[in-house]
Amino acid sequence: MPKFARKAGVFFIRHRLQVVFSIFSLLIILFVLFPLAKIVFLSDKTALWQSLKDITVIKSILLTLYAALITAVIGFILGVPFAFILARYDFPLKGVVDGLINLPIVVPHTAAGIALLFVFGRNFLLGKWFDSIGVHFVDSLAGIIIAMLFVSVPFLVNSARDGFRKVDVRLENVARTLGASPWQVFRRVTFPLAWRSILAGTLMMFARGISEFGAVIILTYYPMVTSVLIYERFASYGLTQAVPIAAILIIICALIFIGFRLFLQRDKKRD
Amino acid sequence: MIKLKNVQVKVGNFNLEQINLVVSKGEYTVILGPTGAGKTVLLESIAGLHNVYQGKILLDGKDVTNTVPEERGASIVYQDYTLFPHLTVKENIVFGLKVRHMARPKITEALESICGIFEIQLLLKRLPGTLSGGERQRVALARALITKPEILLLDEPLSALDAESREGVRSLLKNTQQKLGITTLHVTHDFEEAMSLANNIVVINGGKIVQIGKPTEIFYHPSSEFVARFTMARNIFAGKIVHQDAPRIIFQYNGIEISVLSDKTAAQHAVIRPEMIQVTLEKPMATPNTFPGTVKSIVDRGANILLTIDCLPEFECLLPRKQFENMTLSTGKQVYINFLPSSVHLI
Repeated sequence: MPKFARKAGVFFIRHRLQVVFSIFSLLIILFVLFPLAKIVFLSDKTALWQSLKDITVIKSILLTLYAALITAVIGFILGVPFAFILARYDFPLKGVVDGLINLPIVVPHTAAGIALLFVFGRNFLLGKWFDSIGVHFVDSLAGIIIAMLFVSVPFLVNSARDGFRKVDVRLENVARTLGASPWQVFRRVTFPLAWRSILAGTLMMFARGISEFGAVIILTYYPMVTSVLIYERFASYGLTQAVPIAAILIIICALIFIGFRLFLQRDKKRD
Repeated sequence: MIKLKNVQVKVGNFNLEQINLVVSKGEYTVILGPTGAGKTVLLESIAGLHNVYQGKILLDGKDVTNTVPEERGASIVYQDYTLFPHLTVKENIVFGLKVRHMARPKITEALESICGIFEIQLLLKRLPGTLSGGERQRVALARALITKPEILLLDEPLSALDAESREGVRSLLKNTQQKLGITTLHVTHDFEEAMSLANNIVVINGGKIVQIGKPTEIFYHPSSEFVARFTMARNIFAGKIVHQDAPRIIFQYNGIEISVLSDKTAAQHAVIRPEMIQVTLEKPMATPNTFPGTVKSIVDRGANILLTIDCLPEFECLLPRKQFENMTLSTGKQVYINFLPSSVHLI
């Protein structure tokens, strides 16, 4: 047997777990990256440019980013306190509540949209009340936001809760005995120590908001968010019209993610 | 002054029961007990971090049972890593003053004076993660004391330190406490630590106080078998009094008779501390409590040597290293042990 083959054999026997697992890992990486890369690199550059000049596309992208941003802010305001409660206090049925918050991740998003319609639709419960103060959830920005909020808030709650759990309760205890009120402790100790997880969760929420389709299309077809626009172009004009917009959306999401990673890494180094 | 009246605290499945305790102003009291005895819960209850189920906690005569921690004037220092990791040493120390919105010149003044006491001027700009264990603990103490609390609560403050820095922080604790005269409650499972620091020791086990006393009282007169074992009395023999001619008592254990000087009339255990037993090669002249035996095992503990001598019951004896070396002992060697009747404590 040639020397190289023998060496390779020895390497494989010594590291067989790593080798087998690495092959599987490579498959999953390719599975995720290949379609994304292909759509970005192989889409027609002129068509891409055309789409970027298309006012409908621009409007829809801006609308998507804007709605996702507001969603993330609302999620942050409501989700962070909830995550803190989950991390710090025991209450009856805590396990159930903790599990239920993840329901939006597991239910089909079209079903989620219909469920939301039942609550926020003009003829139902909250919808009626909001309607009386001039807020409508069907075919409106508010509709996009509640759809995005519903499906993306678990990401923030989970991440922030884990972040809070990692903060040693004794640090909070010490701060209290040093004279800090619970609010001061939260602002000066707990939040700064958990902020990395909270930020990661908020960003996941933002990204999830941008990519949401199922729940949004049920509540709000017009004005069109980008994912709905892609679907509409695909359904009406076929693949060629849908590809450039899809590519743009993928690039935007990738840029946000890369930027966020770099920011977190820089911050970690500073620590 | 700290006063606890029938305090009962429930934390999960753990109960602190009927805690009655008084720590006088300026006194250094150590709460001693094994892991899981409820020491930390007791400390945190005094700090206001747990709800008191029943009873009262008074600090300097004021009922604080339902007062929030930030208004109790009791600072807590934990065993390790409880400096705020995201703040510099300086920001850590002035934390308590900042949350009270103290004016900047006053903060600077207080910072300078506390840095003088704890010799930490050079650490101020550093982050806690870069400090050694001893440095961290000095910073934690400075942070706790800069707010001038009435009461200092220390939760195993020396446990995470290596032997050398432990020595340093221990004397720092003792000196600062004496200088500032601050009422201090210190929790530990280490008996020697308790002996070296405390004015009073409170022994706690299973959520209950089992003995309160001066260190020497706890050391020589443990009130129960548990306290005797926990304070390393080692030779604890279950038996009975067979003859009494006050204050002379004969205590019988497994057929051997031990002479005791005590005014007790009933006892189930005789306790002889290992360092109170003399080991000799020759039979000592007509002293009571002399037993022949053979060396069964030798454990080198550095400054001292722990011998197990088989004299039918086994006795454990602690010999200073120098004496051990002079005697050239080895396992299997014939020796005599003897101890004074006054060295025997009956429980």
